[in-house]
Amino acid sequence: MSAAWWLVALVGVATIAIKGAGPVLLGGKPLPPRIGRIIGLLAPALLAALVAISTFGGDRALVLDERAAGVGAAAVAVALKAPPLLVVVVAAVVTAATRTLV
Amino acid sequence: MDEPGGSFSFAHGARKVAPFSIAVFGFGMSFGVLARPTMGTVAPIVMSLTTFAGSAQFASASILGTGGTLAAAVIAAILLNARYGPIGVAVAPSLIGPWWSRFLRAQLVVDETWALSADGRGGHDPRLIVGAGLVLYAAWVTGTAAGVLFGDLLGDPARLGLDAAFPALFLALLVPNLDRPQARVAAILGAAIALALTPIAPAGVPIVAAGLACLVGWRRS
Repeated sequence: MSAAWWLVALVGVATIAIKGAGPVLLGGKPLPPRIGRIIGLLAPALLAALVAISTFGGDRALVLDERAAGVGAAAVAVALKAPPLLVVVVAAVVTAATRTLV
Repeated sequence: MDEPGGSFSFAHGARKVAPFSIAVFGFGMSFGVLARPTMGTVAPIVMSLTTFAGSAQFASASILGTGGTLAAAVIAAILLNARYGPIGVAVAPSLIGPWWSRFLRAQLVVDETWALSADGRGGHDPRLIVGAGLVLYAAWVTGTAAGVLFGDLLGDPARLGLDAAFPALFLALLVPNLDRPQARVAAILGAAIALALTPIAPAGVPIVAAGLACLVGWRRS
């Protein structure tokens, strides 16, 4: 089996197990209030981290490139209550334009 | 099914996630383009069918593509997907029914479906997870196939600005989650931890560490 197929098999099994663990072991039972409160803050913490890394993340480095312009424009679109599709399109168009022009 | 939420929630979830599915299709296409030279035509599509976790697939394929070892690629993918452990705990109370049904629906939980299905009181609409999850799954797999098969015609996905579609998508998901002061503190802390660790830690570690910012919820706000 080639490395590519090993990657498919190992990452697939690991991901399916990680995703399934919580719902299979704990499904349907309410969490204690403190744990519930902590887990409820996982969304803002992780989503903000994903925004930061996918905007400024490079190969083991922080980089400031055209993506920042696109995400900045997306932030303006979000502030103006634009629908999500428009937000994503604005980000892509501004990034592509900056890349072409600058 | 005796779960809360009317049967319209499947369609509701599908509609709610539709704008995001276009970005996910584009991201899938980028993955197909990136993975094809090292993984061939079939393996990337099978990976999207079985794994359904974009950032981990992207990172592990690029590690393999740049000469990294299989072990390094698998470890990076596991680290990037480690967040689905606590995310699974978060959705678990909302998923009832037999274990195999909980297991199958858990596979449709990704960042987007988890964020969109939140009801703001710590609960998640299970039908919305399924409706939204199936639409995103279809977009992810067909996007990957399109990237593998037609990537040559498209050229570099970065030229189209698709690399910025992803952070924009997360931003659109983040903002509705910032309704409480404690949530804003967790968001700022999470982003700061992620950025601080990016230059010094392997891919995946910054995301896992950023998740620790949710511990600000230890004290009642």
